[in-house]
Amino acid sequence: MTPAEQLAAFLQQVPYLRYLGMRAELAGDEMTAILPYRPDLIGNPNIPALHGGVLGAFLEMTALAQLAVVERSSRVHKTIDVTIEFLRPGRPVTTYARADLRKVGRRIANVHVEAWQDERGSPVAALRGHFLLSERP
Amino acid sequence: MSQSDPDRLVARLMGSPHCVALGFSLVAVEPGAVHLAAPWREDLVGDPDTQVIAGGVITSLLDHACGMAVTSLSPERGGGPTLDLRIDYMRPAAPRTGVTAAARCYKVTRSIAFLRAVAWDVDEADPVATAQGAFVLPDPTT
Repeated sequence: MTPAEQLAAFLQQVPYLRYLGMRAELAGDEMTAILPYRPDLIGNPNIPALHGGVLGAFLEMTALAQLAVVERSSRVHKTIDVTIEFLRPGRPVTTYARADLRKVGRRIANVHVEAWQDERGSPVAALRGHFLLSERP
Repeated sequence: MSQSDPDRLVARLMGSPHCVALGFSLVAVEPGAVHLAAPWREDLVGDPDTQVIAGGVITSLLDHACGMAVTSLSPERGGGPTLDLRIDYMRPAAPRTGVTAAARCYKVTRSIAFLRAVAWDVDEADPVATAQGAFVLPDPTT
């Protein structure tokens, strides 16, 4: 499979990703994940702001999607741990994210992810995480 | 905590569109501690091979349980935004099984609440995930 097909398969095979409505675009091996706004992604309607869990999950799924593009495995990789930093309220607009694979080892990957909305330079949330890479078939 | 405070917390939970969308329910509450449950649902599966609930749902559950635990300290003052949240995933949840989270404030300063939370499927002593986080408290002078 090409990286684009690998990515499409990943996005299609996880029901929770279809629920979130997450999409992704590929430029070479660099992926931008896209989370269109939907009213039921709001956590606090008074601000209104996207739920922190939605931003956290989107960042984590961006890391897993980027790993799926680079690591040609049909299995879903497993999250070991994540640290999510909330920088600004997630406004009710489209959110974007890009993952930086800091280290991809034989069994474990270290990934940093940043999410933004209108301005790339003003991120709304960031994630650092470790992921267990499943065996190649 | 007055009699009406749990009702107020339930009303606030039901006022959060994402919590309603994921079907969260409040199991128990005392000042600074909350039990919150997420049901298993087919469209919220993270691994289609095993039918296990998605980590993203557990992330939302842990974050919201922590936020509610902060709010339960003083429903008048309310809670504030999550500063950071660290989650360790111990093991996958059991297939086709919901998850419950317990969050507790273990230190509250004038401006920050520090929390720990644990999520389990069947047995609280055998968690699927644990979390630690810091939450900003609203400025009491404003």
